[in-house]
Amino acid sequence: MSVATLDLSRIAPAFADPVRESQAVFREVMECMARPGRVTRFDRAPMAPNGLGKAAGAVALTLFDFETLVWLDPALADSEAEAWLRFHCGCPLTTKAQDAAFAIVTDMAKAPNLAAFNQGDAKYPDRSTTVILQIASLEGGPVVTLSGPGIQTTTDIAPQGLPQDFWTQIETNQAQFQFGVDVLLVASDQLLALPRTTTAQIKGG
Amino acid sequence: MSTPVPARANAPERYYNYAYLDEQTKRMIRRSILKALAIPGYQVPFGSREMPVPYGWGTGGIQLTAAIIGPDDVYKCIDQGADDTTNAVSIRRFFANVADVATTEDTGEATIIQTRHRIPEKPLKAGQVLIYQVPQPEPLRGLEAREIETRAMHAYEEYGLQYVSLYENISAYGRIAATAGYPVMVEERYLMSPSPIPKFDNPKMAQNEAVMLFGAGREKRIYAVPPFTRVRSLDFEDYPFETQTWEETCALCGAEDSYLDEVILDDAGDKMFVCSDSHHCAERRAAGHVGPMAGHTLDQDAALKEPAQ
Repeated sequence: MSVATLDLSRIAPAFADPVRESQAVFREVMECMARPGRVTRFDRAPMAPNGLGKAAGAVALTLFDFETLVWLDPALADSEAEAWLRFHCGCPLTTKAQDAAFAIVTDMAKAPNLAAFNQGDAKYPDRSTTVILQIASLEGGPVVTLSGPGIQTTTDIAPQGLPQDFWTQIETNQAQFQFGVDVLLVASDQLLALPRTTTAQIKGG
Repeated sequence: MSTPVPARANAPERYYNYAYLDEQTKRMIRRSILKALAIPGYQVPFGSREMPVPYGWGTGGIQLTAAIIGPDDVYKCIDQGADDTTNAVSIRRFFANVADVATTEDTGEATIIQTRHRIPEKPLKAGQVLIYQVPQPEPLRGLEAREIETRAMHAYEEYGLQYVSLYENISAYGRIAATAGYPVMVEERYLMSPSPIPKFDNPKMAQNEAVMLFGAGREKRIYAVPPFTRVRSLDFEDYPFETQTWEETCALCGAEDSYLDEVILDDAGDKMFVCSDSHHCAERRAAGHVGPMAGHTLDQDAALKEPAQ
């Protein structure tokens, strides 16, 4: 991990009004975590560098700080996105997926298996990693039907650009409750949540 | 002499952050809320802060509200169902003051409802958040004093002791005698304390449309029940769960299906039963419902219209 001095002139701005904006972002993330599959939009969030989407950036600015160890996709190592996160969030970074409180995955082709992240402790399942997966789009992909707490009957989503075996990983993740990671799927300025309680069924699958 | 204009919240002379808590504390609480929602019924430890009210006055609920509230929210606070009790009035004024929010007594128009010991009678809907103030988050604490043990019991789903306790209740009283804080099972996995709400309110937790958050300030725990989640009150096949019922109706509004408080009126033993949910009762009276003692001085609206002779 580089500890070189940050070139402040090259760091893009974050929230203009951190108090109000992080509150608004959090409420949306909270509603999404409570209602898996619900899609929200952060169109007014600041642009994050290096193709890190507005949604991933907004979640980072809202939830990361010196207390959260963050696993950042190796594709973003030593990038302006890394400097942006270090400067605005003050979060320590780790390369050990097992230690991370949060993870940002941007390169889906090389994405680690969800099982590589911290799965939580039997007595403290809340210590598991929250994985932010940035994909191409939350629409237009194969239709997947979700059910579980937070969903009245079922709800359909159609994210695009997930690895082949992603839904198998989600199934394994859900089956080992109370252990498991919680996933935030983000694409550009959109976000939906897949907490460990959610069951996913590929339509026609 | 002119009266000094009170400083707006967030004005430099207030010396505190929007919604009272500092941003780092809010982030910590927000992270705990997300994990609590992801593991329904599980108690997430959090770094509870010193608040400007004593423990037992709702410090857990206040911290949850402070972490989620924004200027567009409409805030309602109830204590034992009533909007007009000291604790509820103080907390409502606190947030009107530090968070610039509109406040209301109307259950339907509130976006955040903070509660002590009741769930409003009016069904909640999507977009609303119900925040419970919790004195003792651990349902097993009365049976096992050691946190290290109760945490293991939750981890390994060892809830036999709880059932033994209910069974002993039946053998001693012929029924499950618990009336408030009646333990529930969330998604058939975590045993959870519903906070000291009457068991009358327990069925309202199941498949509720609103987000339900629980905060225990002194005990430093946050837990949650997402919308549309299975919440089952513990019972036995031959001793099924039952809620309280009354032979009386509300003396002011005539409601037959709401939770009633017994009010002693004089030394002669006269009494009346009134809705514990003050807004529910007022709304019914405004709609023309009349109870057997309508117009009683306890009915403030009527008392204002026709002063006592």
